[in-house]
Amino acid sequence: MEYQIIWFVLWAVLWAVYFMLDGFDFGVAMIQPFVAKSDAERRVVLNSIGPVWDGNEVWLITAGGATFAAFPTAYALMFSYMYTAMLLILFALIVRGVSLDFRGKGDGERWKSAWDRAFVVSSFLPSLLFGVAFGNIFRGLPMDAAGYHGNLLSLLNPYGLLTGVLFVLLFAVHGGLYLAIRTKGDIMVRSQNLAMKLWFPLFGIAVAFLVATAFATKLYDNYLSAPVLIVIPVIAVAALLAVGHFARRNESFKAFSASCVTIVMVVFTGVAGLFPNLIPSTLDPLYSLTIFNSSSSVYTLRIMTVVALIFVPIVIAYQIWVYRIFSERLSAEEIAGDKHAY
Amino acid sequence: MDDVVLLSRIQFAVTAAFHFIFVPLTLGLSWLIAYMEWRYVKTGDEMYLRMTKFWGKLFLINFALGVVTGITLEFQFGMNWAEYSKYVGDIFGSLLAIEATVAFFLESTFIGVWIFGWNRISKKLHAWCITIVAFATNMSALWILLANGWMQKPVGYVLRNGRAEMVDFWALVTNSYGWTKFLHTLTSAYILGAFFVMAIAAYHILKKSNVRLFKVSFRYAAVLALASSLLVLGSGDFHGVEIAKVQPTKFAAMESHWETKKGAGYPLIVVPDPDNERNAIEAVTIPNMLSLLAFHDPNAEVKGLRDFPKEDRPPVMITFLSFRLMVAMGMFFILVSLAAVYLSMRDKLEANPWFLKLMLYSLPIPYIGVQIGWIVAEVGRQPWAVYGVLRTADGVSKSVEPIQVIMSLIGFTLLYGTLAVIDFYLLKKYAKKGPDEDLTEFVKMTRV
Ligand code: HDD
Ligand code: HEM
Ligand code: HEM
Repeated sequence: MEYQIIWFVLWAVLWAVYFMLDGFDFGVAMIQPFVAKSDAERRVVLNSIGPVWDGNEVWLITAGGATFAAFPTAYALMFSYMYTAMLLILFALIVRGVSLDFRGKGDGERWKSAWDRAFVVSSFLPSLLFGVAFGNIFRGLPMDAAGYHGNLLSLLNPYGLLTGVLFVLLFAVHGGLYLAIRTKGDIMVRSQNLAMKLWFPLFGIAVAFLVATAFATKLYDNYLSAPVLIVIPVIAVAALLAVGHFARRNESFKAFSASCVTIVMVVFTGVAGLFPNLIPSTLDPLYSLTIFNSSSSVYTLRIMTVVALIFVPIVIAYQIWVYRIFSERLSAEEIAGDKHAY
Repeated sequence: MDDVVLLSRIQFAVTAAFHFIFVPLTLGLSWLIAYMEWRYVKTGDEMYLRMTKFWGKLFLINFALGVVTGITLEFQFGMNWAEYSKYVGDIFGSLLAIEATVAFFLESTFIGVWIFGWNRISKKLHAWCITIVAFATNMSALWILLANGWMQKPVGYVLRNGRAEMVDFWALVTNSYGWTKFLHTLTSAYILGAFFVMAIAAYHILKKSNVRLFKVSFRYAAVLALASSLLVLGSGDFHGVEIAKVQPTKFAAMESHWETKKGAGYPLIVVPDPDNERNAIEAVTIPNMLSLLAFHDPNAEVKGLRDFPKEDRPPVMITFLSFRLMVAMGMFFILVSLAAVYLSMRDKLEANPWFLKLMLYSLPIPYIGVQIGWIVAEVGRQPWAVYGVLRTADGVSKSVEPIQVIMSLIGFTLLYGTLAVIDFYLLKKYAKKGPDEDLTEFVKMTRV
């Protein structure tokens, strides 16, 4: 197989895994005001992701780095064309990181509630904007020989926003289910209920997204020419139905697993439709960035493949180990006595 | 376009310099903490545990900002330097991606286990976690410095299809420039970490709180400081020699050396006059010394700036001053750490409160040292982004408008300014507060 194709697949996998993992970090933050009522409960929410959020965020750094290494032109244009959107994501990620870390280290209620608010907003914003960014990548950007003809507002088109809302809801449900398996007591119950309630709007938006995709993008062209690809959106929909099913029966672990599959498959649904483009041009397909006209040399791709094949499995292995160490459920009572947590 | 170049350069310099306020402490302090925790594991003495936890707290406050400010740099290559990214992504992007895969994952995963794992894993495993973190942060420095080393001395590539393509990965990984940089940057970061520990320990020894704990901390740091400051001098000298060979313009600017000469001397006192392409004052010249420093040969020829076209010369004044000051600081560190080792080994610290005060007030010096070192390296490389291959001005994004960069620059300044104030406040608060008194409860909770 050609190295460009291998890297296209890896590119999709890295972004999908990133959304699957940091997605629940964003999710628990977004629903924190609704499921945590006291300081101890808010600490439970923070500590449920405390040991893992930074490791999850590195999937973003790696996805970005891999885009840079394998498809430098796509990396350059994606980040510079969406300058302002990327900047807002960046600011939000910075604030998110420090709000987790600083909240417990100062004194007073005002200090804490300020960081709590920062934590919620700085998780909502990237969820929305990553959705908007990917919606626009699926749709294509207005670019031609003269460069880029868009701005922040043109990114906020209906399809982009719809994808943004889809991401927000996906992550919120995902985060709710994560809390349902990582906590006990009131928080667990509230998170389960919230995830269940949010599932209905999520399902509606997901259907709207699949329909809108037919009108706003050319993604389905690939599905017409290679019908086997249909399994990807079918799995996505099936997994989403499974999320609802298991959530209603309080089988949170199964619901959370299904939610992981949903997120990955939603990303794959879009990416499979893109192939061989990375960023289509809405003005003239001649100026679309494809995996062939924007890739690194085959030599570089080969080196990077070796690196990825050796190290990514190692990373996955120790990250799984960490999830297992921290699989015990947290409760407000225990957290109150633990000085070593957030 | 020119505005975008200038603004993007300012933004890059500000954000990189800010990242490098936090990173060097991480690089050095992580090893010291690992050592302290291993002492605890080996001796079971609770003092070492309190020591580990005290320095660990400060470490974490600092670490958080290192992490969040790093992402900015990673994104910024694409956002502001799109042409650069297209041109060198084959090489530069690969090194960044490798850094993330082999180092950032390790560090960010195991720091989580270290923070939250106190009563979930065994003592030994816990000590291993911080050791892995220390190793991984040092690895991340290696890869990023190999990337930067490539910008300083491009190797293992050909110009093809309108960009630099990698042809020899091994040459990239063994680039001598990157390795010298690695050695020099790491050891300078260890100096910073050691001076950080000594300054805060000095404060507590002066206040007579937890004297035993802080005297031991001080001693560890003093030894690290001495070893590192000798290595900084050695590696810095190596650096100079390599620069004279591969970046003659930077070398000449560092020394404010205008005329090509054989057996060039080294004036101790220099006042550059860049407008007239000469030095206004040159005094106390050590004969043949510059040639010796540049090529380890007293009669070698050292190129002067006048031999290069104006558009290929870096800014002289700032490169020169930064370099002189850095070297002066290097000498200062050697002297002070010698005294620190001597006084702490002989247990004479309390008898010399003036020395403890000196250590306390010296805290900003290594911070200034590492910053101006980077100014030498990066400003001295100008006008090139990749020396001899790609000019900085040609690397900037074409689609970005000046107003966008103005807004982002303002945003970064405000955000980073705020974070710096908060971080400083927290560090000061916890540094002053001292170690937790009683950890008996905690010791019971930890598994053996
Ligand atoms: C505590 C800080 C510190 C101290 C005391 C020194 N350095 Fe340094 N120096 C750095 C911290 C630093 C640094 C921040 O780490 C730099 C920036 C880039 C790099 O590789 O290291 C640097 C860069 C740097 C460069 C430029 C590298 C380049 O252009 O790529 C040279 C030639 C030297 N140093 C030489 C010296 C010499 C001869 C010293 C004499 C003792 C010295 N440094 C002390
Ligand atoms: C963290 C320590 C660093 C500091 C303090 C620093 C500082 C600076 C400064 C002051 C400039 C501006 C030079 C000028 O415009 O005159 C600059 C430029 C630049 N540096 Fe660094 N730098 C650091 C590390 C790095 C590293 C590790 C890399 C690459 C891996 C890098 C890549 C660049 C690039 C691409 C520019 C482009 C803009 C330019 O050349 O003006 N820097 N840096
Ligand atoms: C301009 C180039 C640079 C880029 C793109 C960059 C990128 C990053 C990123 C993305 C992180 C966050 C990792 C995480 O989430 O855990 C980070 C942290 C770190 N960086 Fe940088 N960095 C740069 C310069 C440097 C330099 C010059 C050094 C050291 C010599 C360095 C050493 C570190 C270390 C040790 C950490 C982890 C510890 C900490 O966050 O304090 N970086 N960097």
